[in-house]
Amino acid sequence: MATSVLERRAPAVPHTHAKTGLWSWITTVDHKRIGILYGATSFLFFLLGGLEALVIRLQLTGPNGKLVDPDTYNALFTMHGTTMIFLGVMPLSAMFFNYFIPLQIGARDVAFPRLNAFSYWVFLLGGIFINTSFLVGAPPDGGWFGYANLTSSRIIPATAAAPSPGLNIDFWVIGLQILGIASIAAALNFFVTIVNLRAPGMKMLRMPMFVWMSFVVQVLLLLAFPVITVALIYLMMDRNFGTSFFMPDGGGDPIMWQHLFWFFGHPEVYILILPAFGITSEILPVFSRKPLFGYTAMVFSGIFIGFVGFGVWSHHMFATGMGPFADTFFSLATMVIALPTGVKIFNWIGTIWGGSLRYTTAMMMAIAMVALFIIGGLSGVMHSAAPADLQQTDTYFIVAHFHYVLFGGAIFGLTAGAYYWWPKMFGRLLDETLGKIHFWLMFIGMNATFFPMHILGLNGMPRRVYSYPEGLNFEFWNLIETVGAFVLASGFLVFLVNIIKTWMGPKNAPADPWHGATLEWAIPSPPQEFNFPKLPQVGSSVPQWDARRAAGGHLPEPALVSGEGIHMPNPSFWPLMAAIGVNLTLGSLLFIRQLPYWYGLTLFGAAWLFVSVYKWAFEPAH
Amino acid sequence: MSAHATHGHDDDHGHSHPTPRTYLGVGVILFALTALEVLAYEVGHRPTWPLHALVEPMVVPILLILSAFKFVLVAGFYMHLKQDSKIFTNLFVWPIVLAVALALALVILFNYWVKETF
Amino acid sequence: MTVAQAATASAEHGEIDEHHWTSTGLDTRKLAIWGFIGSECLFFASLIATYLVYRGQSLVGPLPHTESQCMLDGKMQACEGIFEIPLVTFGTAVLLFSSLFVVLALYGAQKGDRKMLITWLSATVICGLFFIGMQVYEFYHFYHKGLGYSTNLFSSTFYTLTGFHGSHVTLGVIWLSTMLVLALRGKLPPEKALNLELAALYWHFVDVVWIVIFPVVYLMR
Repeated sequence: MATSVLERRAPAVPHTHAKTGLWSWITTVDHKRIGILYGATSFLFFLLGGLEALVIRLQLTGPNGKLVDPDTYNALFTMHGTTMIFLGVMPLSAMFFNYFIPLQIGARDVAFPRLNAFSYWVFLLGGIFINTSFLVGAPPDGGWFGYANLTSSRIIPATAAAPSPGLNIDFWVIGLQILGIASIAAALNFFVTIVNLRAPGMKMLRMPMFVWMSFVVQVLLLLAFPVITVALIYLMMDRNFGTSFFMPDGGGDPIMWQHLFWFFGHPEVYILILPAFGITSEILPVFSRKPLFGYTAMVFSGIFIGFVGFGVWSHHMFATGMGPFADTFFSLATMVIALPTGVKIFNWIGTIWGGSLRYTTAMMMAIAMVALFIIGGLSGVMHSAAPADLQQTDTYFIVAHFHYVLFGGAIFGLTAGAYYWWPKMFGRLLDETLGKIHFWLMFIGMNATFFPMHILGLNGMPRRVYSYPEGLNFEFWNLIETVGAFVLASGFLVFLVNIIKTWMGPKNAPADPWHGATLEWAIPSPPQEFNFPKLPQVGSSVPQWDARRAAGGHLPEPALVSGEGIHMPNPSFWPLMAAIGVNLTLGSLLFIRQLPYWYGLTLFGAAWLFVSVYKWAFEPAH
Repeated sequence: MSAHATHGHDDDHGHSHPTPRTYLGVGVILFALTALEVLAYEVGHRPTWPLHALVEPMVVPILLILSAFKFVLVAGFYMHLKQDSKIFTNLFVWPIVLAVALALALVILFNYWVKETF
Repeated sequence: MTVAQAATASAEHGEIDEHHWTSTGLDTRKLAIWGFIGSECLFFASLIATYLVYRGQSLVGPLPHTESQCMLDGKMQACEGIFEIPLVTFGTAVLLFSSLFVVLALYGAQKGDRKMLITWLSATVICGLFFIGMQVYEFYHFYHKGLGYSTNLFSSTFYTLTGFHGSHVTLGVIWLSTMLVLALRGKLPPEKALNLELAALYWHFVDVVWIVIFPVVYLMR
């Protein structure tokens, strides 16, 4: 597949390039290596976001917490949300997209391997950029949704002060722009990969459910991210060039920001959860030894969730006073989303119903994902009713809701995926005993941390406030939550120990340790660079089960082959160079308000990007 | 309307590629439609011009319809959606549906629903 | 028939050209550019929607069509509607014609007609440059009539919308110029006409965005 804009003939002599060493990782265009890079990077960011959460919990352990001051607290919950969403869950999903979409559809790589590398490097540099704000003492502090006017750099007459004069929000705005570029590039790549690189015979309705849900996610990314891009551009102009897009003193409307943000923000929550839905739908059938119940219904409910997900954004804004017509419309649309989600839950239950279950760690995580997501989904339906939502808005009830869907749903799903696919990625099975300990610590910790938030929220404890006075009956449940958070954290410590132990242990994973249903289990663990020596022919949605049945229940280990005659894309370091160019260009905009002559760096960055893109385009791809 | 009359014969050829003649014809129509747009604008806001009273209340619908025609012509002929795979058409049409819905929703949310009720 | 289609066709007879296999028979890059165009629709929709929502909400002039009070030369004074419809109509026509020219250039590229390719591709690039020139002149002119970027909501939404459209035109001109250089060097033979087709699709998209902007922004009073 030619990937350059301007392709050239492949050289007569195949390139021989280093397979190991730092340089091979910097120039890699292999989707499996990029997947591992995504995973390692985002897991570090995930731990960082977790540390921020622990500090928040320590601060709130008892009344009148003194651990951090209000400003630091604002930065902590802002960066906790931003980190977990954009640097944790999204790229953890991207790890699975990278590694397993090509394997599950029977492809040798993604459609545009160098664009894939570019996405990763932009994500890495953008993540570092946004976290550099801590080092210069200006971390973002306006909440992960950055509501206007909290983000304004302009002096508001009523208070004679600007809400956010420093660089804090500038880091957030530019950081999100950079990460948005990574997301759009990656989404385009996976979208085309799924549409165009499926193995012969793999019709759309034979794709594994993980690929289907990933496909919906790519569409959501492509359609939702441009809107936040525009909103961030407006915000940047408001902060730096005195425009009034969201400023009432110039005729603008702060609510405009909320509309643009949530038009992106609501599809974004499906971007976070649907990959976990897909992973769960992979794991439950394998460990129930039954095909997925209601495959087609699962596909269309996923599409329906993505579609209706664009029509519900204003349910985040009931408290802004949109009027009864808008409230009614968005309430109803939100309740409608419960229908396809319910279809999925019943189908998962139907899948394990009557199956011969194997309680591996992956299976337990997946079952817990379904159970916890139901709790989060039910509280979601509760605040789809606008009058109820007005009581719940900005209380811990909301915090409880979205942690049940995003931690109970997304993180449990992704962790299930890690246990399920670890042997395929690294050729080693994670320790099941440690895995069970990890599971129970995480499950108990999660519920101890987030369930009391329902009670606190309904009792009126507001979110985003750095402390609370004694005597409001908040003490007991807050203490439980903090203990729960540390139990949760210890679960991830066990996970780390498990990873290290497995890393040091022998390569003990066969090609198909779980008797899986999909194509990735047909090839050695870990797969060779070209994945499939010969493109597989697919006759159903469970090709590996078909093969196993045809072989009488026992499949031989697939042999390693030389791969001669298979052209794989050349490594390239221009994706990294282009990513640096993107970061220079956008990152230099950080200073336009204070130091106008930094435009020079912007121009330099643009020139750098320009040269890199041309080098990339005219470089032989194969 | 005129667009369809002039280029009806293309449909008979099914998937055959258009010729430069077709492209040129589409170009002429595009130019004419643009001229009509500007004409509607001018007539619509000059009280002394003929037909002003008739055109004035219809300027916005006229402009939207003419613009939609031009859009379809460029997408169908110049972007080859007419003879290319339907997948490409879907990749363009659905985002446009969502884009129009977004714009309409925001205009309605900001201009109508709120004012009627408060 | 493209290479991909040929590969798909041969797959139906049981043999697969593994290096050119695609499941739809469509070219991967063409799918990508269409996906990108779909994504860009939402980008411009957001910009246009903001312009429409903020129509008539400006606190001071200048305004697009109607007379208003505006700050000019340090004092408030009456000023006219700012749009120059004839100028923009001219720019619109130029952009429309550039779409025609690039599709003719592509026709030439596909038929191996080098002269046709180079003539019409040059014409496209010139039209693109002309449109950018029109816009630069328009912005300069507006600025001197008191319409700065942050003067009022109209100016901010207008400059952002048309400015981002203009930057897309600029990128398109750079892309098409690259193609022109390749064509001049004889590196755009018929089998590589797809390279031009991708640029042309992007260019047409930029054109259809203007087809929306022109009536919605300039002609609706």
